[in-house]
Order: sequence, then C-alpha cells, then structure tokens
Amino acid sequence: MTLTYEDVIAKYEPVLGLEVHVELNTHSKMFCGCSTDFGGEPNTQTCPVCLGMPGALPVVNEKAIESSILIGLALNCSIAPFSRFSRKNYFYPDMPKNFQISQYDEPICVNGYLDVEIDTEEGIKKFRVEIERVHMEEDTGKSLHVGGATGRIHGADYSLLDYNRAGIPLVEIVTKIVPGTGKYAPEVAKAYVAQLRDILRSLGVSDVRMEQGSLRCDANVSLRLIGAEQLGTRSETKNVNSLRSVERAVRGEMIRHAELLNKGERVVQETRHFQEDTGLTRSGRSKEQAEDYRYFPEPDLVPVAPDAAWIEKLRESLPEHPSLRRARLQEQWAVPDKEMAAMLNADALDIVEETVLLGADPTRARGWWLGEISRIANESGVAIVELAITPKDVAQIVALVAKGDLTDKLARQVVEGVIAGEGTPQQVIDSRGLKVVSDESALMAAIERAIAAQPETAEKIRNGHIPAAGALIGAVMKDTKGQADAARVRELLLAHLGQPNTINP
Amino acid sequence: MITRSAHEMSAAMVKGEVTSEQLTQLHLNRISAVDQQVHAFLHVDTEGALAQARAVDAARSSGEKVGPLAGVPLALKDVMVQKGIPTTAGSKILEGWRPPYDSTVVSKLKTAGVVILGKTNMDEFAMGSSTENSAYGPTHNPWDLTRIPGGSGGGSSASLAAFEAPLAIGTDTGGSIRQPAAVTGTVGVKPTYGGVSRYGLIAFSSSLDQAGPCARTVLDAALLHEVIAGHDAHDATSINAPVPEVVKAARSGDVKGMKIGVVKELNGDGYQAGVRSRFEESLELLAKAGAEIVEVSCPNFEYALAAYYLIAPSECSSNLARFDAMRYGIRVGDEGAASAESVMNLTREVGFGREVKRRIILGTYALSSGYFDAYYGSAQKVRTLIMQDFTKAFASADVLVSPTCPTTAFKIGEKANDPLAMYLNDIATIPVNMAGIGGMSLPCGLAPEDGLPVGFQIMAPAMQDQRMYSVGAALEAALLTQWGSPLLSKIPALAGSK
Repeated sequence: MTLTYEDVIAKYEPVLGLEVHVELNTHSKMFCGCSTDFGGEPNTQTCPVCLGMPGALPVVNEKAIESSILIGLALNCSIAPFSRFSRKNYFYPDMPKNFQISQYDEPICVNGYLDVEIDTEEGIKKFRVEIERVHMEEDTGKSLHVGGATGRIHGADYSLLDYNRAGIPLVEIVTKIVPGTGKYAPEVAKAYVAQLRDILRSLGVSDVRMEQGSLRCDANVSLRLIGAEQLGTRSETKNVNSLRSVERAVRGEMIRHAELLNKGERVVQETRHFQEDTGLTRSGRSKEQAEDYRYFPEPDLVPVAPDAAWIEKLRESLPEHPSLRRARLQEQWAVPDKEMAAMLNADALDIVEETVLLGADPTRARGWWLGEISRIANESGVAIVELAITPKDVAQIVALVAKGDLTDKLARQVVEGVIAGEGTPQQVIDSRGLKVVSDESALMAAIERAIAAQPETAEKIRNGHIPAAGALIGAVMKDTKGQADAARVRELLLAHLGQPNTINP
Repeated sequence: MITRSAHEMSAAMVKGEVTSEQLTQLHLNRISAVDQQVHAFLHVDTEGALAQARAVDAARSSGEKVGPLAGVPLALKDVMVQKGIPTTAGSKILEGWRPPYDSTVVSKLKTAGVVILGKTNMDEFAMGSSTENSAYGPTHNPWDLTRIPGGSGGGSSASLAAFEAPLAIGTDTGGSIRQPAAVTGTVGVKPTYGGVSRYGLIAFSSSLDQAGPCARTVLDAALLHEVIAGHDAHDATSINAPVPEVVKAARSGDVKGMKIGVVKELNGDGYQAGVRSRFEESLELLAKAGAEIVEVSCPNFEYALAAYYLIAPSECSSNLARFDAMRYGIRVGDEGAASAESVMNLTREVGFGREVKRRIILGTYALSSGYFDAYYGSAQKVRTLIMQDFTKAFASADVLVSPTCPTTAFKIGEKANDPLAMYLNDIATIPVNMAGIGGMSLPCGLAPEDGLPVGFQIMAPAMQDQRMYSVGAALEAALLTQWGSPLLSKIPALAGSK
C-alpha cells in the first residue's frame, strides 16, 4: 500500500543534501581554447587537450576561476587563498583522459550559506541552507548508447561519443546537510535551486538552463525517525532537470524511503535516476562499496592562488542580490505578498520585469503573465518562458489595450495567436482581423439593426427598464464579431433610446 | 663531415662548404649504413627531413636571417609528438598513431630550421634505463654493440655516438637524458623543470618529466638548449622567466672562483673503480682551471630512489589511463558483442609491456585509499627533504657534481630480469628530478677496466642552468687538451661505415 505524504512526515524527519552542477558560460573550455557553444555538430569543438591526446596539457581558464570566485562570494563563502586541482581517476569512454580534473580536498570556496524563503499556509518561512563548498571541475563528453533495452552502456549494441562537452567548465555547489525543513523539504529543495539559479543568472556566469543541462541538481535525501539523532541512509537522485522535478524527486524519495523503512527494510545507498514522466526514480549505481578514485594533486597544473585585491575587486562588482531585488521590485510595483509569492512560484519575475522595462504597466504585465499566459502554459504543461510569446509582445499588447485599439477580450485572442506561432501581435491582429470597431456610424448601424430585430426589448428600455439593454448590447457585439467596445455601445444605445447611462454593466 | 659538431656543421653551411640538403643526405646515408646494427631509430622521415633541409637552404640563399642551428639535422626521441609522423613512445599501444599536432619543442625546432631526421628508440613510455623495454627491440651501444646504450633515451644518445645525428632531443624523468649520455660518451642536459615546455611530450611522470638537449659537445647542447627553452602558454608548469644564458656560459667556460661541491653520498660504495678514478681526475682538472672543490652532504638522497618509485609510478598510472583503445592507437578484441570494458582490458593487456604494467600496478596501489598517505604522501615528504638537502648544499657550492652512473654500460640482458638492479642505475640522477633542478652529464674518459665511457654529472640550482654549462665547458676543454682529440674519436668503427 502506498503511503501518503502526510503519513511520511508524521513519522519521519527528512534530511536534505543538494549538489548543484553549473556549466559556466565561458567562451572557451576549462583547460583549452575550444568553444563551449551548445548544440554543435558532434566532435567539432575539440582539440588535442580536451580529447586527451598523448602529450597534451591543460591550462586553467582564468575566466572560470573568476566566475567561481563570484559564485563563492555571492553565497557568502570564504575564498581559499590557495586551492588545488586533483585528478579523479576512473575509466569511462566519455572521459578522454580516464581521469577528471576536479577539486578535491582543497576547493576554491568553502563555508557559505543561502537563505531561502517559501510561501506556506503558515505564512512566509525562511530557511538557511549552509554551503559546504564550491569547487571547479571539467565536464565529461556525452555518450549515446545505441541498442539494448536500458539506454545504458551495458547491453548496448554500440555507443557514440561526442566530446564537445568534454572540458566545459563546471562548478559544483555542495550544501551541508539540511535538517529541520520538516514537511517543507520538497519546497525548500526547490526554492534553494530556484534562488541559486537566480543568483547565478544575476552574476552572469551561467545560462542556468536546466532543460539543456547547464544547471543540474543531485538531490540527496534520507529519513530518520522524528527526534532521532542518527542520520538515515541517503539516496542520491540524479537527472533532475527542472525546478518542479526537484520538488517531485524529493517528495517521491521521501515516500519511497518511508515505505522501505516501514516494512523493516533498509535503504540502499545508491544513485537513482529521476524519471520525468512518472515522477519516480529508478536504481542506478550502488554506492555501497565506495569507488576508489585515487585522487592526487594534478601535477600538470599549478595551485590557484587568487590575489586578495582581485577578490576584493570582484566582491565590489557583485550585482544586486536577488533577494534585495525581489524586495525592491515588490515595493516599486506595489505587489501584495501573496501575489509576489505566486509570481516567484511561477518563475515569472524576470519576464515581468523585462516587460515592465519595455514600458508596460507593472500590474498589467503581471496580470498577463500570471493570468492568460500561465493558464495556457499550464494547459500545455510547459513553463511560461518556454512559450513563443516574449516580453516585447506582451508590452505591445498592453500598449494597444491602453490606447483602446484592443479590448481585453481581443487582446486575449492576440495572446493566443502569438503563442500559437501566428507571428507578432500586429501580424495576429491583421491576419485575424481583430480591430476594435470604433467607427461610430458603423456602430449606430449595428444598433439600429438590433433595435429592429428586437422592438419589444427596445420599447422596455424606452420605458426606463435599463437592465434590458444587455440583450441589445449582446446583439451588437455579436454583429460586430466582438470587435466593438461594449461600454461605448452601451453609451450610444442608451443615448439613442433617450435613457441615462447610470448602471455599469 | 658527420663527425663534426653541430656548431661546426652550421659554420660550414654559413661558409657555403655544404648545404643542409647535402648534410641531411649524409646523415640519412649513415643511418642506412649503420642503423641496422645500432637500431637508434624507430622511424626515419627521409622525405620530410630533405624537404625541411631544402627549405632552409632556400631561405639561406635568399639572404634570409636563419638561426645558429638552421639546417643542422637532429634525432627526436619518440616520446615527443610531431604532427603526421608516427609517434609510439616505444609502446605497441600507440603503433600506427600519427599525432594531429606538434609538440612545442617540435614547433620551436621547426621555427629554428633544425632538420628532424626521425624518431629515436626508447624504453616504453620512458620507463627504463637500457632501452630494452622498447616494444620495438633494444638499441645497441655503438661503443660495444652487445651493451646497452642507457635509457630511456638510448636511441637519441646512440644516434649521436654512431654519428647518425649531431643533435638529439631527450627527455629525463629520473636520468633518461644523462645516463644514456654517460654510457655513450655524449653530452646530455636535463634543464630546470619548467625550463622547456612539456606540451606534446607524452607524459610518464608529469612532475618529473623534462625535455632537454643531447649533443656531442657542451656548446652544441647549449645552442640546442636555447632553441627549445622558454615559457609556453600551453604548459602551466612552464617557468615564465628569461632563458638562462647557457650559450654564453658554454662559450666562456670560466670556472675561476666557482665552488664545486662533491656530493659525499653519490660516490663510494657501489661505484665502479674506473668510474671513480675518472671522476676524481676530472675534479683535479677543474681545480686546476681555478675552481674550488668542496665536499657537501645530502643525507636524504638515500631515500630518493624509494620515493621516486612511488611518485613516478603513481603519476604514470593516471597518465597512461588514456590509452584505452577508444580514440587512438591499437584496438584489440573489438569483435562481436565485446564490451567497451573488455576491449579496454585486452588492448592494455596486449599493448603495454611488462615494465609499464609493473609501474601502473605499483602506482595504482600507492594511490589507493588507505595507502595514499603511507606511500604517495610519504614520498612527497621525502621530495621536500631532498629539496632541502639541495638548498643547503647550494649554500656552500655553486654547482654539485658526482659520477652520472655507478657503472659503465652493462650488457644487454644482464639486468633485464632484475628491476631493482636496473633501478639502482639511476641512483645519482634521480635526486635532480625530485628537486626540479638542472643536471648535465658529459664524458670524462674511459674506464680503464672495460674501456667504456664514464659520465660526469653537474647539478645546478633551479634556473641557474648556465652554471652547468660553464663547468661543463671548462672540464670539456681541459679533457680535450689532455686527450688531444674528442673521446668519440676512440669509438670502434661500425661495420658498413667507411
């Protein structure tokens, strides 16, 4: 029998640990000059260094060091005056040298924290996630295992290797264990990754595109009985590539662990792979027998010893912290708390801000993104940023409504058209013929037709029964295919029938 | 012509007595005549060498300014990658591989107009002291073809002694330039670590490997040293400082007032009598030339060999992991449903020789969790102690000296099955690599008991390489006066030569 989440949290306390891998957006790779552009033809962005050719040597990309220090500073870490690269030795075909250059016992940044806020039924709650380390490493190539049932190397007929990704600079941000989140563990995990992503984006050090793999999260979860001291056995879930999945993965693992523990079974320490379609994880590599990576200091590189003055310069260059920015925007736009939380939850802050910067009224901009556009996004199961509509489109639509060229109803059709790929707002307006009928003689003609069709209704209105106007206005709107401004129609109709325009529709 | 020094060959080209093409052809002819017996070369690039030579000749005749070694032929150790030229590092696993790029050393040689004749034989991945560990058969010492030419760079030194090339490139991880130089009666220099770029040098032990010049005279070595040395942005461990003025030092050969420290621990028990006597005579000659001879003690050198055989195998176990049949080199067992893992295993089983496997296993073990501190960690501490010994010794001497090797060249096969005896051959050369300083070996005579060359080692502090050249040139000049002609004029003629 499947446990409910409530059953789980009634008995167990979850403990989180999050490892986030970030691909830096440097132009060149970590240890050579090859391009880091995404999506190139396989093996076109390689050289003797990132292919691990005999004799080739790595040289550290200074920009990557700078980005790592910026990340450390933004996460309140200490920057090590002296750090080193090590070799992590293991054989795998997508790793050209059969060792990965990584930082091991001497990472570049240590001991930081990130405060995250989540919106709960008990109000806004704040959690401090402590950061253990931030370290640099190189990415591996990509393997495509062809044939076989599992898509894994075992059982595949053959494998294709693309080394374009090999050597792309990665930064790994590792939290200390995060206890005390209680039932909010899934939300805290999601909020941590979201806020971390916002910080990384504000620093400009990564594209932070989870769907492209430039930000990847491994979620470690363990359970212990409430009140227990000792930590439970953890599982490490990989392949979690959206914010929503972070939350689902943590929740799913909590339930899976609790089911095992309740049955008196033990949790196996292992890597698990998140399945986007089911929201469940499947077993990966067992970590019961710790693999021996035979780490030792990378002899081909000299230690990283950033100058203190440089670090201070970087500290001064840090952009506005996302939490401060959020507070500032909330105030500037006068957004109530709940709605601010909704905006953050929908991951709409950036896109709304962009729309506002293009001249749109903040409330209107927020209304469109969180209203109609979010609705369409939810229906199609994608994030709003993935839709074809841009802040520029929305800003134009808001402007057209303000000018009276579009009614709200028409504007919704424009939004729908833009999302459907019919072109810019203007193109949708032109092709669908969505112009407000503002020609008064055309409106008057339509009103005359409505009165002729429903003479009794007109008579009632003449006799002072104003509510009857609705039926005639509806007829006019239908006649004009919804392209008239209903308020204006009402005005004209009542004046025509000699009645005051007293009650708003 | 081919018995002249590189410097003399260059002068002859400047005077128009010979062209680079003719000079190159003479050496190619010599290789054809004698290399079947010596087996110094794994690959001879006849067409490429002649094309390079013609290009230098054309440049020279059009009045272009060319470097001091332009047009002079050179033999390249097969551990150095050269674009398009088969490069094996003496291993079967790289059979047929043609690198897609030039090492920095090769780029510099090409820019300087040095003509690369081909690739020389070596112990597989530079692991060995006799060149017997080459997957392509041993090289023979031109002084006595039944003897080893030293290693790992036996091919480079033998090519010089056999007059197949006047210059060669070697690499030295624990003595692979100096020991072959010693046993073949030639000059070999291991520059300060970081003095010559390692980019394109197939790594054995990254923290110890260093490429350097091999020649028949101290001046030739200095000329070649200046061509290949200097900072390289492709090597993070390359030193960003001006190249020491080695040519100037080699030309002056002035040792007046210099303090020469004899390392007490690198002379005595275990050193062949003839090696010791030639070494002592050389010290007297240096004293006569105006140097002051002092004794220094380096007590931690005793542990150098043991520490070396932890650090070098540890690094090699990682460096050689890339040879997995996936991207280059041979591929074994890729049939039917063979997995990538089994192809990797079979390829490494077939592709690596015994000594390489021995060191990979040793290094893998030394780096394993639970053993790391006791082995790799302790070895690194010994390394620090050796550096401290050197620092102390250099406080009382400008250079340190010792015999390069305990013995003269041994017989092929004599130590092939006794790795420890083989390792002991490098006892005097290893401390230099452990400390990252410079070392030179030059011939100081023949041992009376076997008539084979003896090497004299000079060690200088980091980035003070010029001191070795001053002392080396002074000793070379004094010995030449004593002998009347270069030591190599006494080498027995090889069959097939004139």
